[in-house]
Amino acid sequence: MSLAYDDRLTDKPKLGAKLGPKVKARFSRPKLADQRWLSPVLLLALWEVASLTGVIPSRILAAPSAVVRTLAHLVVNGDLPNALVVSLARMAVGLAIGVTTGTVLALAAGLSKLGETLVDPPLQIIRPLPTLALTPLFIVWLGIGETPKIALISLGVTFPIYLNLFNAIRSVDPRLMEAGRSFGLKGWDLIVNIVLPGAMPGFLVGLRYALSVSLLILVVAEQINASAGLGYLINNARDFMQTDVIVVCLLVYALLGLGADLLVRALERRLLVWRPAFLKA
Amino acid sequence: MAPTALRPVSLAPIRAADPAPLQAGPPASSPSVRVRGFTRSFGATSVLTDMNLDIQPGEFVALLGASGSGKTTLLRTLAGLDPAPADQVSTPAARAVVFQDPRLMPWKRVWRNVALGLGGRDIRSKAEGALGEVGLGHRLDAWPATLSGGEAQRAALARALIREPKLLLLDEPFAALDALTRIRMHELVLKLWRAHDPAVLLVTHDVDEAITLADRVLVLDQGRIAAEEVVTLPRPRDADDAFQAIRRRLLGHLGVTGHDPAAAAAELIAFRPRQDAH
Repeated sequence: MSLAYDDRLTDKPKLGAKLGPKVKARFSRPKLADQRWLSPVLLLALWEVASLTGVIPSRILAAPSAVVRTLAHLVVNGDLPNALVVSLARMAVGLAIGVTTGTVLALAAGLSKLGETLVDPPLQIIRPLPTLALTPLFIVWLGIGETPKIALISLGVTFPIYLNLFNAIRSVDPRLMEAGRSFGLKGWDLIVNIVLPGAMPGFLVGLRYALSVSLLILVVAEQINASAGLGYLINNARDFMQTDVIVVCLLVYALLGLGADLLVRALERRLLVWRPAFLKA
Repeated sequence: MAPTALRPVSLAPIRAADPAPLQAGPPASSPSVRVRGFTRSFGATSVLTDMNLDIQPGEFVALLGASGSGKTTLLRTLAGLDPAPADQVSTPAARAVVFQDPRLMPWKRVWRNVALGLGGRDIRSKAEGALGEVGLGHRLDAWPATLSGGEAQRAALARALIREPKLLLLDEPFAALDALTRIRMHELVLKLWRAHDPAVLLVTHDVDEAITLADRVLVLDQGRIAAEEVVTLPRPRDADDAFQAIRRRLLGHLGVTGHDPAAAAAELIAFRPRQDAH
């Protein structure tokens, strides 16, 4: 079990020991081909130089140094933290509603045939519709405040959760279900002990999609007449051609995406600790 | 034909017509498993036809048969996984199955798998006891994915035993194991059978395994019990002449008639396709 893994760990030094001194020397010299940080740093430097020399005017794109200064400024004066809190709240509320809705619907459809008959067809009909296409309708229905933004995120999140969880529930290994039944598990016990843990990997795949969908919809939705949040900052910056502020906001969006990914990874490591992939890591 | 008798099986109480005394347990008046005139069909094909079978408490019965002979269907029926009318099939309430694949829940630690579906205090120490019996006392908190094939199957055995079954159903539980592990599992199963004294029904396609373990070997063919062989050889059983004689007769009933044991074995392996029709 763990033996195989240990072997692999010790493989590399052994491999090197067998090779001749010439080859070893080549291995120990830092190779240009391994320096993955090099090109981003070069591009950044190029960008900075181009900005300083006026090749890229700041109204087109601010210099990296200017972006860093603006970032520090926006953090210190509180604009960025405030905007971030507003945007994060939108994302979180939308996610909470959407994940709950998707989970409830998937459980209803996944655990009973009647539930599937009632729930699945309408969802399959709405599914091909890009959620953002509903923006005008949501504005007509819900105005331009927080509600349509959260509603759009919720709706967009519902689908990846529903589809993945429903599918995962239906693909729980029937042999395990049978084993459970042979040991006297029924109804709720069967669901709690076998169906839900068996469907957990699929749910987490859905959650990963849901997080990236929520971020995507957040970016678009909060530029609709926003009076707070990252979208508001970006809108204002656009009006005043403050490309530095826009780039700062883009950075923050990127960090949000990264954070969402880390969150799901942490959840997976915790909830799927029994998986061979995690047992070895 | 001493020391065993082979005969076609008649209807109605098999045990009553059986002159050979059982090795395990005295002939009891109320059998542990009682099947009378049970027929099971899927659509137009009947998988089990007018089945009659008694298994005495504490008796070890092996069920041999080619793919599609209905042996898995019979086991599933006795396990309560397939429906059966109560007047045709009666089994003890305490029964447990060990499947060919261990079927441990990968998301439950080994001891929780063993204790699956059990309630009450001290289930961990009970599971610990059962795992100790199968030699897995040290893997209590392991995840199933880290177990070897033999260990996983032993855990499955512990999961069955912890329920103190009156009927233990083994569905080709050693088929996927390597030869050495299989021999060790045979010894373990016999040890546990002696200690807990359940009635055992072992479904297998391995003639040697059936003769090594069972008090009685049944050959199932096209949904009927085609032959019965009572094995009275003392355990542990070696492949001596008496063993070989039983083996030849059983292979004959399985349609393997070659006199060369190696050829016969090779032919038997060709039976292997594992899934019986439902």
